[in-house]
This record gives sequence, C-alpha cells and structure tokens, in this order.
Amino acid sequence: MTQAKFSRGLVPLSILSVVLVVGGFAMVFFYAPNEADQGFVQKIFYLHVPLAIVALIGFVAGGVYGIRFLRSGDRVHDLRSYVAIHVSLILAVGALITGSIWAKASWGHWWVWDEPTLVSFLIVFLLYACYQPLRFSIEDPERQSRYAAVFAIVGGAFVPLNFMAVRAAEAFTHPRVLGTTGGSMPGSMRLTFLVSLAGMAVLFVTLCKYELTSKHASFTLRSLKRRMAGDDDWVPVRRSAAPQL
Amino acid sequence: MSPALPLDDAGPYVAAAYLVFLALVLIYVAIMAVKLSRISRDIAELAELADRRDARREHEREAVPR
Repeated sequence: MTQAKFSRGLVPLSILSVVLVVGGFAMVFFYAPNEADQGFVQKIFYLHVPLAIVALIGFVAGGVYGIRFLRSGDRVHDLRSYVAIHVSLILAVGALITGSIWAKASWGHWWVWDEPTLVSFLIVFLLYACYQPLRFSIEDPERQSRYAAVFAIVGGAFVPLNFMAVRAAEAFTHPRVLGTTGGSMPGSMRLTFLVSLAGMAVLFVTLCKYELTSKHASFTLRSLKRRMAGDDDWVPVRRSAAPQL
Repeated sequence: MSPALPLDDAGPYVAAAYLVFLALVLIYVAIMAVKLSRISRDIAELAELADRRDARREHEREAVPR
C-alpha cells in the first residue's frame, strides 16, 4: 500500500468539489425558482436532502467495505469502512441541524417526534454514533476491526430497510419529493437539486480521500519513527478508535 | 397561493442552514490542519533522529583505527 494510492486524484477531486458545491449553491439562489407553497425557505431543500442522501449512502458504503474486510482480511478495507462512516456522521449532523431549521421555519417546531422520517434518521444517526465508542472500547486491533466490520454490515443493512419502512408509513408530514413517478419538481429545480447532490457526493469522496491520506501518512510516519529509534526506544501504539494499518 | 413564510422571515432560516454547512466544512478543515501540523512535527522529529544517526555513524567511523 503506497501513499500515492490514497492521494491519487485528490487535487482534481478537490477542485471538482469546489466547482460543484459552489455552482450548485449559485444555482439554488440565482437559477431555481422559489417554490409556490413554501417560498424562499424551500431553498434549504437543496442542502438538507443531498446531505441526508449522501450520509445514508456513506453508511451503506461503510457496510460494503466491512464485508470486503471480513472476506479478504485486508485492513485497508477496514480503514475505508471507518472513514466512510466517520465522514457520513459529519454529514448526518449537518442533515439533522439543517432539517431542524427547516422544520422550525415550515412547521413551527424544531423537531416533530411523531414524524417517521425524522425519528428514523435520528435512530440511524444514534446507531452510528456508537461506532467510534465501540471501536475505542476494544483494545486488540484484530478484534476491533472484526467487531467494527460486523457493526458496519448490520448498520449498513439497517439503513435501506429503515428507508423502506418509512416509505411504507401511511401518515407523514415530511414531503416526498423523489418518488418512482419522478416527483413533481420542474426542470430547473430538478437540475439544481441534481447538481447539489453531485456536489455533495463528490465532496464526500474528497473528504474520505483526505482522511485516508492523512491516516495513512500518520501510520507510515509512526512506523518510520519506530524503525529509526530502534527497538530499545520502542513505544507502544496509543490506543485509538481508528484502524491500525 | 402565497408562500408559508415571506422572504423577510424565511431569509434568516435559509442563511442559518447554509452557515451550518459552512461551519461544518470549516471545522473539518481546522481539524485537518491540526492533524497536518502533527504530521509535520513528526517529520521534524524523524529528521532529527536521522541527523543523530548519521552523526553517530560518522563518529564510529572516525573512532575505528586505520
């Protein structure tokens, strides 16, 4: 495993993230029309929904890397699973806060407890909030990786099940914009949403790559330091929630 | 149909939502900056170790009688 493998394409990806995110936001305010029912406050939709979708896909990706780790035993997949869940958690915090702001503006409440979409997303978030403490609680790196992979797989399977359960719910206040019929958004709104979603997805991949590159650089440096200091000065690896390569 | 909230009332909410996103990205960048400074400190330590090792080898070479 080389440093170049993780950092490959990082510069063009970073530039693409900036272009898509800034371009998407510009389209939100200068191109997409105000929605007839909600008016200007509906602009939060272009931020809140991509954040939630990308976070959920990131959690599923964490599960997929968990499967790959258990199948191959390659710790790089464990690191990828860890990073995907870590970055998804950050995006999920954003989705929860922006959703809460939108709820206050639209419904007059910061949170509605009898709304399945909101509560189910909170449950998914709280479930994944346990991922890092679980890792940190296990000292042995081998066991830590194995248990974390099982957690990521179970959690990753729970996300689409949860999504389907919420869709099947009959009564909800939360709007359904994206359906099998293609939704009811006009072309300009749809295009703006798709650009915002693409921007968020590319930003997610870029942040994951930054995190992977940084983690790998730290591991490489630590092992080099140990080699340079010699075995006499060997210092045990600090306990960490992050996988040790 | 008139919108639920007029522009004057909706503006602060929309601004707050986008500022939350900006804040999250900036906090992430700040954390990455801390990690980067730790990596650069480690590199400085490594360079120091390498210098010391070179100096020790040089000293050992000089100490060997010809």
